[in-house]
Amino acid sequence: MIEAHLPALQVVLPLLAAPLCVVLRNGTAAWALTLATSWAALAVAVALLVKVLADGPISYELGNWLAPWGIEYKIDAVNAFILVVVAAIGAIVVPYAYASVRAEIEEERIYLFYCMYLLTLTGLLGIVITGDAFNIFVFLEISSLSTYVLVGLGRDRRALTAAYQYLIMGTIGATFILIGIGLLYMMTGTLNIADLAKRVPPLAGNRTVLAAFGFITVGASLKLALFPLHHWLPNAYAYAPSTVSAFLAGTATKVSLYILIRFIFTVFGASFAFKTLPLDIVLSVLAVLAMFVSSTVAIFQRDIKRLLAYSSIAQIGYMILGISFASVTGVAASLLHIFNHALMKGGLFLALGCVMLRLGSVRIEDMHGLGRTMPVTMAAFVIGGLSLIGIPLTAGFISKWYLVLAALESGRWYFAVLIVLSSLLAVIYVWRIIEVAYFRPAPRSEAAEPVREAPASMLIPMWVLIGANIYFGVETSASVGVARQAAAMLLGSGP
Amino acid sequence: MKHHFILRVIAKFAIPFILLYALYVQFHGDFGPGGGFQAGVIFAAAFILYALIFGMEKARHAAPSAAIRLGIALGVLIYAGTGVAGILLGGKFLDYSVLAHDPTHGQHLGILIVEFGVGLTVASVMIAVFFAFASRPRSEG
Amino acid sequence: MDVLDRVLGLYNYWIVIVLMMVGFYVVMASRNLIKKIIGLSIFQTSVFLLYISVGKVRGGSAPILDKAIETYSNPLPHVLILTAIVVGVATTALGLAFVVRIKEAYGTTEEDEIHKQDERSD
Repeated sequence: MIEAHLPALQVVLPLLAAPLCVVLRNGTAAWALTLATSWAALAVAVALLVKVLADGPISYELGNWLAPWGIEYKIDAVNAFILVVVAAIGAIVVPYAYASVRAEIEEERIYLFYCMYLLTLTGLLGIVITGDAFNIFVFLEISSLSTYVLVGLGRDRRALTAAYQYLIMGTIGATFILIGIGLLYMMTGTLNIADLAKRVPPLAGNRTVLAAFGFITVGASLKLALFPLHHWLPNAYAYAPSTVSAFLAGTATKVSLYILIRFIFTVFGASFAFKTLPLDIVLSVLAVLAMFVSSTVAIFQRDIKRLLAYSSIAQIGYMILGISFASVTGVAASLLHIFNHALMKGGLFLALGCVMLRLGSVRIEDMHGLGRTMPVTMAAFVIGGLSLIGIPLTAGFISKWYLVLAALESGRWYFAVLIVLSSLLAVIYVWRIIEVAYFRPAPRSEAAEPVREAPASMLIPMWVLIGANIYFGVETSASVGVARQAAAMLLGSGP
Repeated sequence: MKHHFILRVIAKFAIPFILLYALYVQFHGDFGPGGGFQAGVIFAAAFILYALIFGMEKARHAAPSAAIRLGIALGVLIYAGTGVAGILLGGKFLDYSVLAHDPTHGQHLGILIVEFGVGLTVASVMIAVFFAFASRPRSEG
Repeated sequence: MDVLDRVLGLYNYWIVIVLMMVGFYVVMASRNLIKKIIGLSIFQTSVFLLYISVGKVRGGSAPILDKAIETYSNPLPHVLILTAIVVGVATTALGLAFVVRIKEAYGTTEEDEIHKQDERSD
C-alpha cells in the first residue's frame, strides 16, 4: 500500500518532520528525527529509481485530480536520478552534522537549524519530483527561503550579508521563472509539464513564448550560479556553517540545473532551443568563461571554502557545456557530473568542516602541516582534489571523459582542448593546498591542546562520499547507465 | 503609548471586532473572498495592535511564545496530516473526497480543515515575526 | 486608431512593465538594504498584476460560485497569485530580519559602509 504512495511520501516525510522539530525543541531530539527522516527519504528515492528503471515513468495525481487539471508528480529516469543524488547527500550529511552543528551554532538554535534543513530537503525533493510548472516555483521558494536562513546561521557576521545578497539575487531569479511560467500559461492555458510539452513546440515562433524562454533561462541561470550571475555563491558557501556548505554544494545549484534541463528539453524541445535560438552558442561561451575565470580566481583565494566555492562555479560550467552540445552523450555527461560533483564537493566540504572543527579557521595560512596532524582528513581531501582535477580512477575523470567524448562527437574538438586546459588550472589550486598541508612544518601550537583528528561521526560520512568517488570512478556501469538512459529520454530517442 | 487615552479606548473597543472579522474571513472563504492566509493576517493584526498600544510585556501575556511556537508547528501538521489522512482512508495524498461519507462533504470538510491549519500557522508566524522584531534591544544610533 | 488600441487597450501590460522596471531598478541601484527590499516587493507586485489582469474574462464576474451568474473570470490565476503573495510576504519578512541583524552587527544599513568594514576585517 505504501508503494503506491511513494511519490507523495518522498515530499511528505521531511515536510511532516520539520514542524515536529519545532515541537521537540531539543537539539539532540531534532537531530535524531532529521537523521531518521533523511534516511527514510533516501530509501524512498532509491525505491523510486529502481521502480522507474524497471517499469518506466511513474505518475501520481495529488488529491486524485486528474492531470492536466490537477497537480501531478511525474517521475522518469531524469527525476529519479536527481532525487537519489539530493536524498543521498541529504542523508550522508546528517550524521556528520551532529558534531559540526554543535560546534558552530548556539545550543538554543540547533532545533531551528534542523527544522530549516528538513524544509530545504522538502523543497529540493519537491522541485525534482513534481510535474507541474507552478509547483516547481512553490517548492523552489520553499527550498530557497530555508536555504537563506541556513546560510545566515553562520558564525561570522559576513554570513548575514552573504545570506542577504543570496536572498535578493535568488528572489529575482525565482520571480523571473514565475514570469516565464505565467507567459507560458497565457499562451497554452496549462501548467502541467507534460501538457506544456505538447502545446508549446507548435507555438515556437510566438514572441510571448520566446520571452517566456528568455525569462526562464535567465531565472534558472541566476539560481544555478552560471557565470556571470554567480556573485552570490562564493560568499554564501564561504560563510555558511560547514554542514550547510557541504549540503548546498551537492544539491541547491544542481536542482536549479534540473529546472533548466526540464524546461529546455521537455517543455520547449531541443530543436527550438538549439536550432531556432542560438542557445548552444550562448551556453557554451558562458560555460567556458565560467570554467576559466572561476578556476583562475580560485587559485588566488586564501580562504579554502571560498576556493572550493569558485571551483564549484567552474564545475557548473562543465555541466552547462555538456548541455550546450545537445547530444545524448553531452546531456548524459552533464547528468553524470551532477552526481559526481555532489560526491566530490560534498566530500571536500565535509573535510573542510573537520578542519574548521579542530582549527577554528579554514584559511590556507593556518593549515600548515595539517597532513601530519590530521592525516585521515587530509588524505580524504587529497582524493577529493584528485577527483576534482579528473585523474583516472576517480569519478571526476569519468565525467570529464564523457564531456570530451561529447565535444569530439559534435565535431567541436576545441572544447575538448579547453576542458583539458581548465583541468590544469584545477591542478594548481589543489596543489597549493596539498603543498601547504604536507610540505610545510606544523606551527608550534601555543594552544593548550594540540590539533587532533576529527571525531569518527564526522570522518565516516566524509569517507563514505570520498570512497564513493573512487568506487564510481572504477565501477561506472550504474551511474553512466542511468545518466545515458535519462539523457536519451530527454532528447526524445528513448522510452 | 500609555498616555494616549483615545488610542487605548479605541483599541480596546476594536480588537475583539478585528478577531471576529478574522474568524468570519476564515470560514467564509468558500463563499466569498477569504481563506486561511487572509484570516491569519487579520487575526495577527489584532495582536500586533494590542502590542503597539499596551506594550510588549502585556502582549507576551496574551500570546506566550510557547503557544506561538506550537501554533506554527500545529498548523503545518494539520495540513500535512489531512493529506496523510487521505492516504490512510484509501485515496491519494490530499484527496478530500474520502474524508467523509460522500465526496461533496469530504471536499467541504477537507478544505475547512486545511484552511484552518493555514490560518493557524499564518497568524502564529505573523505574531512571532512582529514580536521578534519588537523585542530587539533598542540601539543608541 | 491602431496605435491608440495598442496603448490604451493593453494598459495593464504597460503598467506591469513600468512597475517591473521601477522595482528592478530600485533593487539594483539602491545602496540601502531596506530600499532594495522595497524594490524587490514592487518587482514581485508587478508580476502579480500580470497574472491577475490576464485572468479577467470579458463580461466575467469574480470567480465565486453563484446560481445567477454564467460567466466567471478564470479562478486559477487568483489561486496562483495567493500563493505567490504569501511567498513574497515571507521573503520580505526574511529580508527585513536579515537587515535587523545586519544593523546590529555592523551598525549601519548602507551597503558601502558594510563593504568597507568587511574589507578592513579581511
